[in-house]
Amino acid sequence: MNIPVEAYFILSTLLFFIGVYGFVARKNLISILMSVELVLNAANINFVVANRFLYPEFMEGHIYSLFVIAIAAAETAVAISIIINVYRQKRNIDAKSINELKY
Amino acid sequence: MEYLTASNIIFFILAAAILLFGILTVTSTKILRAATYLFFTLFSIAGLYLQLSYEFLAAVQLSVYAGGIVILIVFAILLIKGLGEDKEINLGQRRIMGLVAAIVGSFTCAITIIKFGFMPEYEIATEMAKSVDMKLIGTTLMGTEKFEYLLPFEAASILLLACIVGSIAIATKSKEVNK
Repeated sequence: MNIPVEAYFILSTLLFFIGVYGFVARKNLISILMSVELVLNAANINFVVANRFLYPEFMEGHIYSLFVIAIAAAETAVAISIIINVYRQKRNIDAKSINELKY
Repeated sequence: MEYLTASNIIFFILAAAILLFGILTVTSTKILRAATYLFFTLFSIAGLYLQLSYEFLAAVQLSVYAGGIVILIVFAILLIKGLGEDKEINLGQRRIMGLVAAIVGSFTCAITIIKFGFMPEYEIATEMAKSVDMKLIGTTLMGTEKFEYLLPFEAASILLLACIVGSIAIATKSKEVNK
């Protein structure tokens, strides 16, 4: 008896919605960034599992997850530099305090 | 008892770890602890990739996510003063909104996945899954034929260059802000 493919998909669904909950409920910019990482990882699990279970002779899902990881790293670097800049100007990093484009 | 093969037990342990540490990541009031739980979540996901015998992807996950992104987040937390506690985490309305969105969404998606009915031959034995050849990954990333990905690879390198320049330009102190 092996693990069915649905188990992996439900695992990634739950991880995705944990990330969605954190994205809505937290007010700190860094916590929101961490929730986005959870969402990206859920998408990655979906790519990898679909590749392994449905089309094991190809490797498109594998390559796509590599690109997702690279882009997530780039996104985190830029987001953290923006957060540090916001902290320098406002002295806090609440999501609510950032409601204007030009300071 | 036929469920209790070694790979199934490993899958259940990994799934429980991913979900538990994921929930702790979004509910922990101390933000440094949340970053640590995020690290454990990413670590367990790397274990899941290893179980599916994608060794290279697991190594990339560990080195880029666990080694790079979490360290970057921890640095940012330590650089920003007064982040010890996320005091208004108990913000009632947004929390209820998030809970409703998460529960409704996950039920909808889970019911859709279960009802879709994937064919039973998709239950491959994970211990029989072949690991991907390292040479094949290299030629796939650097080739220009069909199903080969040189152009996205180069685009990703340009994106990383733009990110380096952009984050330095954004985070550099400007004079008029400091006064």
